[in-house]
Amino acid sequence: MLAESIVIIGVNHKTAPVAVREKLAFSGDCAGPLLTLMNIEGCQECCFLSTCNRVEVIFVASDPAAAAVAVRGFLFAKSGLADAEAQQYSYLYQGMDAVDHLYHVATSLDSMVVGEPQILGQLKQAYREALEQKTTGVILNRLLHKSFSVAKRVRTETNIGGSAVSISYAAVQLAKKILGNLQDKSVLLVGAGEMAELAAEHLVRQGIGRVIVANRTVERAVKLAQRFNGTAVGLAELTTQLAEVDILVSSTGATDLILTKDQVKPLMRQRKNRPLFLIDIAVPRDLDPELNDLDNVYLYDIDDLKNVVDVNKAEREKEALRAEGIVAEEVVKFGQWLEGMELAPTITAIRQKANAIREAEVTKTMVALKSLSENERRSVEMLANAIVNKLLHEPMVFLKNSDPHDNPQLKLVFVRQLFGLDKDSSEQQPPRENV
Amino acid sequence: MTLFFQLTLYLYLLATAVYVAHFLSQHKQVRAVARAILLAGGVLHTVYFVVRYVAAGHTPLTSSHEAVSFFAWSMTWAFLSFWWRYRVKNFGVFVSPLISLLMLIAAFSSQEMAPLPPALKSNWLPVHASIAIMANGFMALAFCGGVMYLLQEREIKKKKFGIFYSRLPSLEALDDLNQHCLALGFLLLTLGIITGSVWAKQAWGAYWQWDPKETWSLITWLIYAAILHQRLTMGWRRRRAAIMAIAGFAAVLFTLWGVTYLLGGVHSYVG
Repeated sequence: MLAESIVIIGVNHKTAPVAVREKLAFSGDCAGPLLTLMNIEGCQECCFLSTCNRVEVIFVASDPAAAAVAVRGFLFAKSGLADAEAQQYSYLYQGMDAVDHLYHVATSLDSMVVGEPQILGQLKQAYREALEQKTTGVILNRLLHKSFSVAKRVRTETNIGGSAVSISYAAVQLAKKILGNLQDKSVLLVGAGEMAELAAEHLVRQGIGRVIVANRTVERAVKLAQRFNGTAVGLAELTTQLAEVDILVSSTGATDLILTKDQVKPLMRQRKNRPLFLIDIAVPRDLDPELNDLDNVYLYDIDDLKNVVDVNKAEREKEALRAEGIVAEEVVKFGQWLEGMELAPTITAIRQKANAIREAEVTKTMVALKSLSENERRSVEMLANAIVNKLLHEPMVFLKNSDPHDNPQLKLVFVRQLFGLDKDSSEQQPPRENV
Repeated sequence: MTLFFQLTLYLYLLATAVYVAHFLSQHKQVRAVARAILLAGGVLHTVYFVVRYVAAGHTPLTSSHEAVSFFAWSMTWAFLSFWWRYRVKNFGVFVSPLISLLMLIAAFSSQEMAPLPPALKSNWLPVHASIAIMANGFMALAFCGGVMYLLQEREIKKKKFGIFYSRLPSLEALDDLNQHCLALGFLLLTLGIITGSVWAKQAWGAYWQWDPKETWSLITWLIYAAILHQRLTMGWRRRRAAIMAIAGFAAVLFTLWGVTYLLGGVHSYVG
């Protein structure tokens, strides 16, 4: 069975703690591992994926069991672990299970944060490097291309990556809903804690125009401001700055409120009612909860943001279920393709197609030639039969002839393409450079 | 001719239903279908006006049916013209029901074609009436934007994200929409009043005679002038601007119907 030759061996955040994963020690470069893997006996195709949460080898081998041991040995070479231990920390999927697993990886269903978008890019990069080293062939080319399109399908048909599941990202999404385009907006960070830094990082990545940092110790403020190309100010300037900025992220260690409703109310007139988004991630809180009652002022504290994240997470779980359905459906489709990739089904498919064409054409002709006698009719049918059989003869011989120098799969793909046998289920694409 | 009107009405109703379906499902294809149906409705509506113009022999903006139907027509085309340069997420689901509602009102008004009263025989009729009603179209869009703003703001303020949060555009975008519609609407409203006044001078010898319709148009104009003035100088934006757009539209509706049915006056043959 062709399917059984597909194997995935890997280590991820679920099967191995980071202490083990870091021992595997693969740097960003894939070329070295790919070449080593191709030297394993019986390994026909391979692709190597390494991210901070997972290391996986996807390969096709003529003797999967033997190759699997060698691949695992390669994966754990630098860790010093024995094969028995290595087996514990790693997983092995074969055949349709491997297809299913790869689809889960590509669609981020196997990720630590379900719905995160990076993994697809990393998988594409891994494939690109495999293409450069020419280590993929008929099967992996199709499998990886399919996994990309499954991932795309999941993105467009479900809302799996739609809503924010981290507090800082939830804050950024809210900022966008309130303020629209962030490019001409500015943020004031009060207190220079880790959370403030994270939020600022997200805002900068979303293109916020200006970052201002106010902190009790000015050195820390200057340091953080430099990181984001912003300006540092003293805490005393808080209200002056507040008349200008659009977002305030507060995370001081102060025990009392640092901003009250009465302080902000007159500012709003000065701001000509430009909206103000206040994010209070300090515990105890920095900002007066009543600030939310002011017109055009929107206050979210850490609990509010946590609620948003919880709701989004629940939503994501629901979407993940729908994604599972899509993956299951696509795995079946790939199985069908694999089944067709054998000699007998290909021959049957060609014959069926030819017969269908012959029958349709003969029927069409007979309608036009009603005056024919029974004998003449039979002659026409025989003519059609003969043409079909003679035309198919050479391709059949070509398929069945097993020259030891030929790659039988390549031959099958070639013939299947020539006869358009996989047309409806999105055809085999030649490997492209710009995946 | 009534066939054209009926078909237009059905297309608008259908577009509304499909817009609602899109709002719930958020499938892009569904929105494309809704827009295509609305566009077809807009085209057919235009045909209806042309046919009616030919049949009546004068600009068909003299009865209540015609005025309200033209109101719906301006809304449709103002909305569709937005799509060309200025897109607002899920705007259609708010605009299309209002268009349909106007068309239903028009459907229940008398569709008879009365001969043109002598006083209205003027080239000013098409100019004044169409500009004045098109102003209403934009004010109606501002009204829809205001409603959307308040719905979206409510969910953000209450921190309870329901059906609107993810579907409606940002508050900023809705505020821009508000300003855009009000500015265009106000320009048309001003032109409508000026052309009406010039026409009044020709027809009755006086620019202004405090006819109830004139008075209420002026009141509406003052309301919108105040909104825009306050917006530019005092920063009446956002929430207050949204509320004012809704209030201003109430004045528009009163000028359109309230005056005719409650107060009478020289414009009363419109209705």
